[in-house]
Amino acid sequence: MSLKKPAKDQPENFEFSSSSLEEAKTIIAKYPEGKQQSAVMALLYIAQRQNDNWIPLAAMKYIAKFLDMPYIKVYEVATFYSMYNLSPVGKYFIQVCTTTPCMIRGANKLVEACKEKISENESELSKDKTCSWMEVECLGACVNAPMMQINDNYYEDLDKEKTLKILESLLKGETPKPGSYRGRINNEPENNRKTLLDLNNA
Amino acid sequence: MLKDQDRIFKNLYNDLGSDINSSQKRGDWVNTKELTNKGRDWIINEIKDSQLRGRGGAGFPTGLKWSFAPKEVGSRPHYLVINADESEPGTCKDRDLLRFEPHKLIEGCLIASFAVQAHACYIYIRGEYFIEGQKLQAAIDEAYDKNLIGKNAAGTGWDLDIYIHYGAGAYICGEETALLESIEGKKGQPRLKPPFPALIGLYGCPTIINNVETIAVVPTILRKGSKWFSSLGREKNTGTKIFCISGNVNNPCNVEEEMNIPLKELIEIHAGGVIGGWDNLQAVIPGGSSMPLIPKDKCETLTMDFDSLVAEKSGLGTAGVVVINKDQDIIKCMARIARFYKHESCGQCTPCREGTGWMWRMLERMSKGEATRDEVDMLGDVTNQIAGHTICAFGEGSSWPVQGLLRHFKKEIKERNKFDPIVKENKSIPYLVDQHLLDKNA
Repeated sequence: MSLKKPAKDQPENFEFSSSSLEEAKTIIAKYPEGKQQSAVMALLYIAQRQNDNWIPLAAMKYIAKFLDMPYIKVYEVATFYSMYNLSPVGKYFIQVCTTTPCMIRGANKLVEACKEKISENESELSKDKTCSWMEVECLGACVNAPMMQINDNYYEDLDKEKTLKILESLLKGETPKPGSYRGRINNEPENNRKTLLDLNNA
Repeated sequence: MLKDQDRIFKNLYNDLGSDINSSQKRGDWVNTKELTNKGRDWIINEIKDSQLRGRGGAGFPTGLKWSFAPKEVGSRPHYLVINADESEPGTCKDRDLLRFEPHKLIEGCLIASFAVQAHACYIYIRGEYFIEGQKLQAAIDEAYDKNLIGKNAAGTGWDLDIYIHYGAGAYICGEETALLESIEGKKGQPRLKPPFPALIGLYGCPTIINNVETIAVVPTILRKGSKWFSSLGREKNTGTKIFCISGNVNNPCNVEEEMNIPLKELIEIHAGGVIGGWDNLQAVIPGGSSMPLIPKDKCETLTMDFDSLVAEKSGLGTAGVVVINKDQDIIKCMARIARFYKHESCGQCTPCREGTGWMWRMLERMSKGEATRDEVDMLGDVTNQIAGHTICAFGEGSSWPVQGLLRHFKKEIKERNKFDPIVKENKSIPYLVDQHLLDKNA
């Protein structure tokens, strides 16, 4: 449970675009009749994607009406889960994992790089307002530590230098290639593979 | 070392491609119909005989869990829910299965759904695994196209629909009842048990919840036979397991190995050894962050399975092995884990909500040497007041790592924190009411 506050400047209105509406309807169809409340998490994601990566209160009210559920229940869900941004974040939203497995492989260097290139404090927009960063808990790529997530993509096997390069290209408006930055394939032991060898060339 | 032909996940590193054609070449979906034709009881008995234990952390026997589902479908439909909310620090095995072996999971879903008589299956994926979720969705679409799931799935006469539900960054949703709450569109706060989900679960209907890895190994067990599976490992700890070796090793990796493999073999052979050599090893967390750590002297002979780790007062958990060498400050490492639990507590039960914060703050001060001598024992008291006093197992999960630290590294903590509040030193202790006692000039 994390402490989150909605942004001070809130838009007055929110409505799903036609493509969002379409998507929302297919999601509601996944759940049994009368259980449309189950779709609230997915709908919050849709709203977040439509609204530059954050959810205004108006969107929560809209979703509450859309799913025929109390507004407070939507608000509860939006504040409980940490992946819903309740205030604006950068177009490139950088999340650095600093939990123990990443920490002991030098995740604090990644945080330093973010502080140098983007902003002194976390959840603060960079000077050109395109990027923001924050520390997060385990992202589930521990054997590729240290790593970070930018929007939906994972950037793995990093160090300070590589992180600086990635951040620089982000600030230029490019999207760097996701995946391992030490050139290894997925989660194999680099240069030390002892298993599944005969399948390698099959 | 396990022979390659005994490995279940041949595409763990994605050498062969994860699409349906390459999966079929590896043997997925080949004779699904023959397996289901042998009947529900045969499937459940095979899984019971194989002694497969859940791969999600608790190690509950899977066949037994399936047999708890009501034998007849009453007025309420049955559900199968797959737990892919992998958030335990040190664990990243399900991610690879979702990316590279999705058809093993989907076929497992079909067989498991048939065995527990479910027509709908929800796969709960953590929100951060969006790309992996899309890959799984692509595989599900492929399976629908080939009529492997849907109406009369794979010719078995069973109808099955599979849906993906994304989480949104809450560790607690890996707890099965919190996961159900989350699918129902609520805050992920665990429910009291009993009633158990097998009778009253998702939408109040009978629900069986299994981890990704558990379900993904099921088709292979049925094909190769329960005898083959139970011949690997040892009694009650059978089969293979994906180990994730992270932390201070030369080649961190995921590897599928036999249960009961010596820890030293895992680290030295597969992960390329500890950075700085075996002698530089300080401690190992054997099964994801919630399992108590094990100091170096015990790592020499330790074997990795459920029961032998319980004997060491730890646990296999999710088999996420975090190796910590002597370059790291062990108290700081544990303080960071305590911070993780403080962040992820759902806030429902007071001992956990308040206690996790206490443990984090105390450990932070202990890592800086600012705590008093008495506090070391007080920290032990706090952990005992959390564990066992909460609705779900998060209370244990958050206090066990701290208890492990106290069990094995008490000497280090006491050496660093010698400060005695009653003796002369002038230092402000925030919770000490009698600050005047510290006044030197009094």
